[in-house]
Amino acid sequence: MKLLLKIWRQKNANTQGKLVEYVVDHVSPDMSFLEMLDVLNENLVDKNEEPIAFDHDCREGICGMCSLYINGRAHGPQTGVTTCQLHMRSFKDGDTIYIEPWKANGFPVIKDLVVDRSAFDRIIQAGGYVSVNTGAAQDANCIPVSKQDADKAFSAATCIGCGACVATCKNASAMLFVSAKVSQLSLLPQGKIEAKDRVLNMVKQMDAEGFGNCTNTGACEIECPKGISLENIARMNREYLVATITSEK
Amino acid sequence: MTKIDSKIPQGTIDKKWSDYKSHVKLVNPANKRAIDIIVVGSGLAGASAAASLAEMGYSVKVFCFQDSPRRAHSIAAQGGINAAKNYKNDGDSVFRLFYDTIKGGDYRAREANVHRLAEVSANIIDQCVAQGVPFARDYGGLLDNRSFGGTQVQRTFYAAGQTGQQLLLGAYSALSKEIAKGSIQMYNRHEMMDVVVINGKARGIIARNLVNGKIERFSGHAVLLCTGGYGNVFFLSTNAMGSNASAAWKAYKRGAFFGNPCYTQIHPTCIPVSGDHQSKLTLMSESLRNDGRIWVPKKKEDAIAIQQGKKTGNDIPEEDRDYYLERRYPAFGNLVPRDVASRAAKERCDAGFGVNATGQAVFLDFAYNLKYKYGKTEATKKGIHSPSEQQLYDLGKEVVKEKYGNLFDMYMQITGENPYEIPMKIYPAVHYTMGGLWVDYNLMTTVPGLYALGEANFSDHGANRLGASALMQGLADGYFVIPYTIGDYLADEIRTGKIPTNTPEFDEAEKIVKERIHFFVTNEGSKSVDHFHKRLGKIMWDKCGMARNEKGLKEAIEEIKQIRLEFWKEVKVPGSDTEFNPELDKATRVADFLELAELMCTDALHRNESCGGHFREEYQTEEGEAKRDDEHFAYVAAWEFKGNEIQPQLHKEQLVFENIKLVQRSYK
Amino acid sequence: MSEQTGLLKSSLSKKYLMAISGLFLIIFLTQHFIINLLSVFSADAFNNTSHFMGTNPLIQFVIQPILILGVVFHFVMGFLLEKQNRAARPQKYAFSNPSANSTWMSRYMILSGAVIFWFLALHFYDFWFPEINTKFIQGDMSGLNIDGNFRYHEELLHKFTNPIRVSIYILAFIFLSLHLLHGFQSAFQSLGARHPKYTPCIKNLGTLYAVAIPLGFAIIAIYHFFSH
Repeated sequence: MKLLLKIWRQKNANTQGKLVEYVVDHVSPDMSFLEMLDVLNENLVDKNEEPIAFDHDCREGICGMCSLYINGRAHGPQTGVTTCQLHMRSFKDGDTIYIEPWKANGFPVIKDLVVDRSAFDRIIQAGGYVSVNTGAAQDANCIPVSKQDADKAFSAATCIGCGACVATCKNASAMLFVSAKVSQLSLLPQGKIEAKDRVLNMVKQMDAEGFGNCTNTGACEIECPKGISLENIARMNREYLVATITSEK
Repeated sequence: MTKIDSKIPQGTIDKKWSDYKSHVKLVNPANKRAIDIIVVGSGLAGASAAASLAEMGYSVKVFCFQDSPRRAHSIAAQGGINAAKNYKNDGDSVFRLFYDTIKGGDYRAREANVHRLAEVSANIIDQCVAQGVPFARDYGGLLDNRSFGGTQVQRTFYAAGQTGQQLLLGAYSALSKEIAKGSIQMYNRHEMMDVVVINGKARGIIARNLVNGKIERFSGHAVLLCTGGYGNVFFLSTNAMGSNASAAWKAYKRGAFFGNPCYTQIHPTCIPVSGDHQSKLTLMSESLRNDGRIWVPKKKEDAIAIQQGKKTGNDIPEEDRDYYLERRYPAFGNLVPRDVASRAAKERCDAGFGVNATGQAVFLDFAYNLKYKYGKTEATKKGIHSPSEQQLYDLGKEVVKEKYGNLFDMYMQITGENPYEIPMKIYPAVHYTMGGLWVDYNLMTTVPGLYALGEANFSDHGANRLGASALMQGLADGYFVIPYTIGDYLADEIRTGKIPTNTPEFDEAEKIVKERIHFFVTNEGSKSVDHFHKRLGKIMWDKCGMARNEKGLKEAIEEIKQIRLEFWKEVKVPGSDTEFNPELDKATRVADFLELAELMCTDALHRNESCGGHFREEYQTEEGEAKRDDEHFAYVAAWEFKGNEIQPQLHKEQLVFENIKLVQRSYK
Repeated sequence: MSEQTGLLKSSLSKKYLMAISGLFLIIFLTQHFIINLLSVFSADAFNNTSHFMGTNPLIQFVIQPILILGVVFHFVMGFLLEKQNRAARPQKYAFSNPSANSTWMSRYMILSGAVIFWFLALHFYDFWFPEINTKFIQGDMSGLNIDGNFRYHEELLHKFTNPIRVSIYILAFIFLSLHLLHGFQSAFQSLGARHPKYTPCIKNLGTLYAVAIPLGFAIIAIYHFFSH
């Protein structure tokens, strides 16, 4: 396959970026999308040009590091996959592919296709945990948890923090990410103790990071590589409403 | 001759750890705040250690090269975590977990460490549940278990096929909690470039800010390396692209001994290589072997037809299938340990029975269990009498989907084939390194104040790691071992005070780092970093991979030397050292792989026996099983760095087995 | 309540208020529709109801201000949120394919909202201002025309003689429908009212409402235009 790539190049956060065209040839359908970029980069190094910077690590769809906006969609045309799991068989010879970084106020560009997602870390630090110290735990089977709740908590917990939800949302809202963590912990008895403070503090941090508001378009749910459900956002809305009304703070 | 002291406590095996804990030196709370601890790596071991130490009151700094601590490669572990809980009432116990681990490691692990691991295993599960880790549960609301290779009990706790992710996110949440409190300072996108040793003690690190290229100095009273394994030396492995050995290698060059570098685990169930472009390999969890049956065709002509694409697995009738693991190892069947399963696959493929175009794959088939195990159970539950094959398939598929859905999806995504319909194809791939920095019972390396935790140390898995034990070890080291053992060293550091970073030792270390980086960005070479890495990987896979022999290893050592020479002449790194530059990051890592690879081959060459992941073709039984030489090799090989291009010195830590009798490992 | 998590500060609270005001307007719309519907079947009934609504002090001085406040609030908040949301992505994508993952209605609430806003301006000009003028400036609270009959139905018919006005009304109803198609179910999601059993019903009800009510309004307008 021969492809025309239009790739966002940006030297750093302080400079303007622009789309630059590259042609890449001999692309095999069995390649992953990132392997295709590896080939392009290898060519660029050979030509003494600077390779394209992009984030990636595990290349099996779980670390959440890869983050490309491909042909107008977060993680590309397929649903339920990360960029590293996208294979070139989803494209055909002669295609033009636009490749851009996540674009959001909360995710400033570091270079080319690499963005800074530390806002997500700060949101978790605001309350995405159970305040239990090592060594103090009772036996794991002391509190039974209904399978239904455990399964729902797990589904929410599968979030990989890639930021596709923000990238794809027309408002660059981080609601799906935040609600996944809020849901996971509020569904489990261990997390219920701090549930009110957690949701209040995490939402406060989310707002402070400059993400937009949720307008329920549902785009995040569709583009989320782990299929995190909008149900979590509804749950967070519920939790927050109750917490705002009943919290003593 | 030996300079190494493993510091194993006295007493019987089941009392060592509890006695140790009762007598270990402590640091009082007021003094802890004044003590700085540097943790490099934020995976299971690093995050859990950092969180636990910060909770105790130490001032902790954590470094990770990724954009967030949550990305560490522990996240990719799929199957589960072992713990001797005996919730299944199937006869599990601390001793049995201890025994299985020693045996699974082919009797090359230290008894005291492994017993301690088994003892704390149950606490890990308690801790994780308290953190809100959503383990799989049964309908009664209690925790569920599955079984893994090398064991005959069900002791593996899991969260679908994403156990590593859930455990890491648990540890990450504990880490985040402490960052929020200010007791941990987190440095993302920072790579450790060197350890600073002052008067024989580890006193800090040099780190590089990967965003702006700045070289920074950090001091601490102790340095913990939780930097994972070195499987990426093979270029193709299941490790993440960024996983590297540099931290451990720098420690080695600063005086920490490297233990058993030749022990690498080749995981039997990975997605086979599809072409030259491949950048990494993807694991299919070992848990799949619970329900998948491994086979190749019995007849050569069937295998050839499949290789040519004329037939698929479904075309081969039951009687013409060779379930070779069940045939060779009836007691453990498809659940033999990883090394055994991998070699058996290689044996069949080398004999010409491979089932993909390259002949380097075997089938992992779910059809039988899907229909007759799960389908039947579901049919009975639903009261369907004499269900049809299709009904069994549909009912079973739902169960299999729930258990392994994400793995099947992943497989489908990568290969374009539907594993519910046609059998999966798998082949062994490099997965884990049992070797690592040599540590004593306290997890301290031979450099005082320098610790190694998790996969970065050599300690608990001997020559072969059992499935679901890596997560257990990483968290055991971080949550339950280091918080105690570090006190033993730090109790004497309370009067040290803040360690300055303007000493000659820091100057020297920084200078070396800067010179090296300067070399890379100014060298006018002609070949990319990956070019060298791929060549190195091929040599290692061919000659120091699943099977090794003297001739191959000697060749490999020479070839690696050659590549290394060429690398330092011809490597080309575009861009500058003052900005985000992934090619430069890679170059510094591959430079270290090129040295480590030689040590691996040297170790493999010296170990004239086969054990676990180390299979020397010269040393095998008539049936092709690994043949150990306990008389001469029941020791840990700890290598001491003597200088560049100088043969390292071997130290031996004799392994004493007081509680387990050494026997030929048998899974028949 | 601390200032940062206060009911008016956080992004979630703004959503609640949008949802609550939206649902309130939906209820109002239903009421408005029912009265309009009367105009088709019985001029008397329409006149009597209109007179009641226009002169009852509770409705005039309590409910009407709340309604106007609700409308204004919903608009102002909507525009403020839109402004914030645009600021959340200062650098736009060069190429975007939003229709792959969301509906047009959900993305263009601000547009449909703006159309409805301009329509309301016209609607006020047509009915509300003359009404206020008659009742409170000229002080004629009788609701009668010079013939001594109720004037409401007659005035209504008079407005729907102009084909351009009728066309504008119909166009506005289309946008109202688009707005409601997303807005109805979205309000429930914003308030956290989601349940595997009931949400599908809410969604279906929302779609039914979003189509039926604007369609009904349009049919009434067309009916009066042609029956004239």
